[in-house]
Formats: sequence, C-alpha cells, structure tokens
Amino acid sequence: MSVSRIGAVSAIALAGALALSACATENPAPAGSTQGAGSSASAGNVDCFSGDLAAEGSTAQKNAIAQAIKSYQEACADATIDYNATGSGSGIKQFIAKQVAFAGSDSALKTTPKDGKVEAEEAKNACGSPAWNLPMAAGPIAIAYNVNGVDKLTLNGEVAAKIFNGQITTWNDPAIAALNKGVTLPSTPIKVYFRSDESGTTENFTKYLQAAAPSVWTADPGKQWTGKGEGKEKSAGVSAAVKSQDGGITYVEWSYAQQNQLHMAAIDTGSGPVELTGETAGKAIAAAKQVGTGNDLALKLDYGTKEAGVYPIVLVTYEIVCSKYADAEQGKKVKAFLKHYASADVQKSLEPLGYAPLPAEVLTKVDTAVDAIS
Amino acid sequence: MSTTSLPTPTGQPTESRAAGRSGRAGDRLFSGATTISGIIVIGIVTLIGVFLIAQAIPALLRNNANFLTSREWSPGGDHPRFGILEFLWTTVTSSLIAMALAVPVGVGVALFITQYAPRWLRRPAANLVDLLAAVPSIVYGLWGLLTFRAVIRPFEQFLQQKFGWFPLFAPTPISGGTIFFIGIVLAIMILPIVTALSREVFDQTPAAHKEGALALGATHWEMIRTSVLPFGKPGVISASMLALGRALGETIAVTFLVSALAGGTPWTWSLFNGGETFASKIANNAAEFSNPNKTGAYIAAGLVLFVLTFVVNSIARVVIERRKAFSE
Amino acid sequence: MTMTAHDETRPGGTGSGARLGTTGGTGTSTTPTDPGRRDLIESMDRPHRGRAIKDHVARIVMWGSFVLAVVPLVWILWTVASNGFHMITTSLWWTGNQRNINTTDAGGGARHAIEGTLIQAGATAAIAVPIAILTAIYLVEYGRGRLARVISFMVDILSGVPSIVAALFIYAVWVTTFGIDRNGFAVSLSLVLLMIPTVTRSTEEMLKLVPNELREASYALGVPKWVTIVRVVLPTAFSGIVTGVLLGLARVMGETAPLLILGPYTKNFQRDLFNGNMPTLPTMINEDRSDFALSTAAERMWGAALTLIILVLLLNLAGRFIARRSAVAK
Repeated sequence: MSVSRIGAVSAIALAGALALSACATENPAPAGSTQGAGSSASAGNVDCFSGDLAAEGSTAQKNAIAQAIKSYQEACADATIDYNATGSGSGIKQFIAKQVAFAGSDSALKTTPKDGKVEAEEAKNACGSPAWNLPMAAGPIAIAYNVNGVDKLTLNGEVAAKIFNGQITTWNDPAIAALNKGVTLPSTPIKVYFRSDESGTTENFTKYLQAAAPSVWTADPGKQWTGKGEGKEKSAGVSAAVKSQDGGITYVEWSYAQQNQLHMAAIDTGSGPVELTGETAGKAIAAAKQVGTGNDLALKLDYGTKEAGVYPIVLVTYEIVCSKYADAEQGKKVKAFLKHYASADVQKSLEPLGYAPLPAEVLTKVDTAVDAIS
Repeated sequence: MSTTSLPTPTGQPTESRAAGRSGRAGDRLFSGATTISGIIVIGIVTLIGVFLIAQAIPALLRNNANFLTSREWSPGGDHPRFGILEFLWTTVTSSLIAMALAVPVGVGVALFITQYAPRWLRRPAANLVDLLAAVPSIVYGLWGLLTFRAVIRPFEQFLQQKFGWFPLFAPTPISGGTIFFIGIVLAIMILPIVTALSREVFDQTPAAHKEGALALGATHWEMIRTSVLPFGKPGVISASMLALGRALGETIAVTFLVSALAGGTPWTWSLFNGGETFASKIANNAAEFSNPNKTGAYIAAGLVLFVLTFVVNSIARVVIERRKAFSE
Repeated sequence: MTMTAHDETRPGGTGSGARLGTTGGTGTSTTPTDPGRRDLIESMDRPHRGRAIKDHVARIVMWGSFVLAVVPLVWILWTVASNGFHMITTSLWWTGNQRNINTTDAGGGARHAIEGTLIQAGATAAIAVPIAILTAIYLVEYGRGRLARVISFMVDILSGVPSIVAALFIYAVWVTTFGIDRNGFAVSLSLVLLMIPTVTRSTEEMLKLVPNELREASYALGVPKWVTIVRVVLPTAFSGIVTGVLLGLARVMGETAPLLILGPYTKNFQRDLFNGNMPTLPTMINEDRSDFALSTAAERMWGAALTLIILVLLLNLAGRFIARRSAVAK
C-alpha cells in the first residue's frame, strides 16, 4: 500500500510539473471544463444522481450512449457515467460478474442453453431478480463499398449473400449488373472484408443473409464470420480497409460508413431499391415483434421482410438491466440515467450520429419498463 | 572503491568483529531476500501454468479436431473444433522475419555506437535508438496501420509479381496485414531491445582485449571480430531471446495490423498470406469469452505460445551456459 | 579460409555490400568465435589490401545499420508529432479531462490519462523492480545448483507470457476467484508480470559483466558479501540496470492489452488505484481509435500517443540523469 502510494505521489508530482510547465506558456484553463458544442437535452426533467455508474458492452451503441451520457452529465455535474465499448459478450460477462451496473448488447440475453449455460438464468442469478433487455438504439448495418466510378449500387439478399460467401468474385458479374441497369461496373475483383473479432454486427448481418437468401447462405448465423474474405479488427478496421482498397466491400454500422464517407448499397427486398436512411431503417424496427414478456423488451426483427420502403438490415442494441437491484442506490442511478436515455430529446439527437430512431410505441414501453426498475 | 563514497544505514564494513557479525547476519538476511524473490518468481509462473493448464484441459478434452494440426477455429457451441496450426505458422514466421532483420541490424547499430561512431555522436545515437524503445506498441500499431502499410504494399506487390513462382512469395488476395508486413513492423519494434542490451555488453569489453588485438596489428574490424563480439556473444543471445519473446507475444500492434483469414481458406506457404498470431487471436476475441469452454480453447492456444517461448529460451540457455558467468 | 578469400575477391562489391550487408553482411558477425581468431592470425600474412577493404566494408555496414534504424524512428516520431502536436500545445490538454467530450467533439484534456498512466506505472515499478533486481542478484551472486537453474528457467518462461495471457490470469484471480472489482491495481499486477522478466534479465546481464576481480578485492578487504554486492557490484552495474528498468517501464507504460481486460477507461479524473475505472493514455488512444476517421477523434488519438511518448522519454531522461550522477560518484 505505502509503496504504491509513493509511486502515486511521485507520479502526481511529475504530472503536476508537466501541467505547470504547460500553464506557464499559455493561459490556464479551468480543470475539467466542458468543451465542444454538443446538443444537450433540456435539463429540466432530468433526475440527477451523484456518484459513479459503470457500464460496458456493445461497440455498436458506443456513440449513442456517449451522447446520452454527455447530455446527462451536462445536466448533472455530480454524476459520472462510464461506458466501455468492449463488445456485447464482454458486457454481458461483466454484468454477470457484477462488475458493471448494466450491459450494452447487440442481442438480447439468450434464453436457450449454450454449453450448458443459459445467459438469462445467469444474469437472473447475478441480479437476484429477472434481468430485462431494454432496446435503446437501433443501428442500421450498411453494406459499404469502394469501387472506382460506382457511387450508386443496389444489391438484394441473394446477390449480397453470394458476394460475401465468395460465389461472386468480380464487380461486373452479371448478377450484380442485372440489379444495376445503367451503372458501368468495372471488372475489379471483389475484396470482402469481415470482422475478425466476434461481433453482434456479424451475427445480425448473417441473420439477415440467411433470412433473405436461405439457399445461398447456409451457415448458421453467429458472432463469428462464416463467409469468405479478409478479416480486420473491429468496425474501424473493416471500414478503413474498404476505404483504402478499390473493390472492397464490407458490412459495418451506419455511423462508420458515414465517418469514412463510404458509399452504401441500397437493398432491393423485392419492391425496388431501398436506400439506408433513418426512416427506412426505423420502419424495420417498428415491424419487429416483442419476444420478451412483460417489461423484458427483447425484439425479433423480420430480416426476410419484403415490404416496400423498409431497409431490412438493422440491429437493435439493448441495455441489459436487473429488474430489481440488490443495491437500491445503484438501481436508482441506472433508472435515472436510462430514463434520460429513453427520453424523446435524447433519442432525437441520435439520428445524426448514425442511429435509426426507435418507434414511439417501443419508446413508450421502454419508458414504462425503466420506471419499473428498482 | 565505492565503499566509502556511498553512505549506508548499516555499519561500515571496515570496522572490526562486531561489524563482521552484523555482516554475517546481514548476509543471511540479504541472501534470504534474494532467494525469496526468486521463489516468488517460481510461484508466479507455477500459478500461471496451473491456471493455463486447468482452463485448457477441459476444453481440449471436448475438442473434436486435432489441436495441433487443424486449421479450423470454432471453439464455441456444443461440438467445438479448433486447432492452432495457422496461428503457429503466422506467429513463428513473422517472428523469424523480425529476428532475421532486427538482430543483424541491432548488433550492427550497437557496434556502430560503441566502436565506430565519433565520440560526439555516441551518446546522441544511443539516446536516439533508446527513443525507439520508448515508443509504445500501440503507437507502432497506429503508425503501421495508417502510414507504413501504404509504403510496404507496393513492395509486396512487386515481390509477388517478380518472385511469385517461389512458394514463400506466392501471390495472395490479402491486401492488409500480411505475415511479411507484420514481421517488418515487429523487427522495428524489437530492434531497440537488441541494440540497447548489446550496446551495454559491447561497452564492457575489457580494454586489454581490444588493445591486445590492435597491438597485434589487427584492423578495427578484426579487433571487433576477435575481441568485442566473442565477449558480447552471450549478452547478444540473451538480448535476442528477450526480443524474440516480445515478438512472439506482441499483442496490440499485431491485433491492429493483422488480416484474419476466413474459415476454409486454402493453405499456402506464402508470406503474403494473412492469418492471426496467438496473441492477436486471443486479444481480438477476449471480449467474447462468454463461457469456460470457449475461453479454454483460447487459453490452450496461449499455452502453446507459452511452451514455444519456453523451448526457444531453453535452447538459448544451453548456448549461454557454455560460457560461464564472470570468469572470462 | 575460403570465406575470407571469397570476400577478398570482390573488392568492387563495396557498394552492394553496404546495402545488403545490413541484413546479410553482419549476419556473419554474430557468429565469429574461435575460428575467427585463427582467421585473424592467418590473415596477418595476407596482403594488407584485402583486410583494409574488409575493414572498410564493415565500417560502411555499421553506419548503414545505424541509418537504417534511424529511418523508422524519425518516421514514426514525425507521424505522431505532426498529427498530435496541435493537441498537446493547448493548455487544457495538460489540465483537463475528457468529461462530456464525445468523439465528434474536438479537444479536451489528457491529464486524467497521464495521471492514471503514471500512477499505474509507479505502482508496477514499485512491486516489480525490487523483485526483479533481487532475483537477478540471487541468480548471479548466490544461486548455485538446482534452485538457481529453476528460477532462471522460470524467468525465461515468464518472459514468454504474452501480455494478454498475463491479463487473463490476473482477471481469473482478481475477479473470478476473489470477486474484487477491476481497478488500477489489478492492471498494475498484470504489468508486474510483464516487467519482472525484462528487468531481471537485463540486470542479470549487467551483474555478470562486473569483473570478478572487483568482488575478490572487496572480499579480501574483509567486506561481507552482501555489502560487496550493495556497494561494489550494484553501483558498478548501475547504469546498465537503470537502462533495463527503463526498457521495462517503457514496455509496460505503453502496454494496452491488459488494460482492455482489467482497466476500463473513464473520461473523468481517477487517482484512486484501488477503486473504480482508471483512465490511462493507451486506453484513451484506444477509445478514440475506433473513430479515427473523424478528425476530432484522430487528433486526440495522436495527441495521446505523442503524450505517451513524451512521458516515457522524460522518464528515460530522468533515469539517464540518475545513472550519470552515480557514475560521477564512482
């Protein structure tokens, strides 16, 4: 203890010296001052807590929850919320190990046994009460590509599945050309990039491929990629790889496709090409069915949808919470923050960040469920 | 000697018998402390070993594929199938490329600094190379990904076009982190380790050896070959092994850079193929270690890396043992 | 010797030798042993010209190696500095944190991460350095027989533990077995595992280089062994030991993998090693790396990388200063 304290003291002393030298040359600024113009929710109806709240999980919702945290902390100066975007599986693991108050996950807790364990049961044991899945943000998955001279592309489920499992290997393949009349496609080889880490994005995307083209995509959907191509690490890795490679294509969260200014394919579900927008993706969420019971709002998306104007490849990212926290204080904190996250103002601020808005009826249910957390 | 220049809390050794007794007690205390430290190290390694083996065995027992020769990796589910062949190949090959580049250059730099550089350049040169050691591996990862990749890529394409007939240079569709590229980045990362320790050792070459060689009429290079290098050899080997250990286990930079292969990709000997190393595979997937069996599969892979390093180090040990400590 | 003759027949190959030599030429230099000595004696009788040329080639090769090593260094430093310079010249960088600053927002401070990195590195060094140096002393000065061999092997094995495995091990002990929340100290413990072998090995090498005559002279004066070690052997090897410690420290300060498992990031100040998430520069880099396509995040990422390099560098300078002062004292 005392040894590490000495380390700490000397460390702080060094940091202090650095800070002083920096201040000497420029005007000192107040420590921890907030900066940057961000849209903040109206502070009026925010229920503030003071103290720390830790959460961990999905990378897909990182920017959404960061926005919610920012506006919450701006309204509540004494509150500190950390969200570590390490991955859905990690979030659930830490939640079960009681390392975090709630987890972010791209898929609801599994209710069927896997390797002799049921996630939902484990979470229930950890909480001492049933754990709930609360949808908080919808992240459309873009099929992003980089082909010289092609800035508009339409794919359907079958062609996409063939591209991603290596059956179609060049951009001027007749199957692609048939969907893109009037577009000059080059003979560039197709380079598929996939997520080399296990990911909820991969799981949801392969669910779509299987639902839309069951005869082509025969592998079971899962977090591990089962198609062809070259794997890169995380969303940042695949989007950067596509950006720097002519002929590249990948599946990636909408926000990453936007950040990297990648072209995104429109999806033809049978009733004409549908571009990826907040509205078209939102429709897919609205059509989702609730599979959880009561306040457990696990949703099931219809990836095989043929409805016009619906962009089918979306993932719903949940917050996984205890319905009743053993530590009442922690329960209050989670409730206060999620109430804010689910509020209309915050939800509205997510769309520019690459998320589809949750439909009003889903939000109402989420709000009710959050109220029931204790 | 320094016995009088540095004050210590305990008695002056030059004093009579009382000091002698306290010296013996001190000796026991001190040697006891050093022994305990050594035993702590044994304890730590034993614990890690027990942990690795305990986690790996249940997963290995459930494995439906040959752990050592399979290239499949699907450790989850009810019928896990996983093997490490691909990781082993990538890890070993990229580390060998790194060693082949870094050890000669590193020793060359160390010799340059200690034997060739003009006096005014020695200290700055040494500091400059140490600076390379000060660059954290995450920065190598960023630099490799965002800057260096674009420079190596044309060179790789050239090699594939001109020497594609040679199995190691066979063309592949991989555009990102090839084994070759990883090897080069690793070489840059371990260069300062090789250099820093070799330099220290070369610096200690007894002047008598060097002057003796020169007096016999040896050229500068002959003096180095006959006195400096033999003297520094154990140190250089030791430094190289440390460096190899780091190259084999380097995690975050490789994770950023490497291109994973999809399941079922045909085998090739090409250095321009992708493929994950042990460490990058574990790190990249650590977030999804959702159940003990899956975790166990990754831990088993970690165990292989552990054994690999152990073997390499044992060989080095044997080489060094042949030259006994400080009685040259 | 055929090798020598072969080399001498290509005096014109100086230029290409210099280029290739950086990878191939010095390859021979790592294995010159006793045959080398015979070689020398024989070559005494040979024409002087060939030997001079070889000497010249060697000189060029050494310079070439140095230049080759400096190129990536300058390149990396330039990349990091040119991209990160802007961030670290704001005073807020050294005083503020990242609270309420999202990836799309510019600026913010890094002081929270700087403090976290230094605190964790300090705690790591405080635990690892004594163990490592004492172990090295045991191996060189006391250890004989089986125990010494076992310890020596164990150090080798420990050096082969990848950082990610060390982190998984600590996670298994800390969280799974004892059920303690992850914190900065858990990170330090995993870093200790990585630092011990580096420091032990380098210290060992340095201690071995201390001439035995020094020890014997000290014993002859009636100085007890432990005093000899503390006041004769250690001071003689001091600068080398410091170099080793700094290499080890540099490695652990930039280590990222264990932090991803054991040390969740926070955008807020956190100086308590034993409670809560602790921010560090590597995790800060990692946080912004996922959005490096955004200039706001990229700038911060490079800024944090530059800061990390500067920190390690300052420690290096400090260590060098200490080493030099001790050398003067000698």
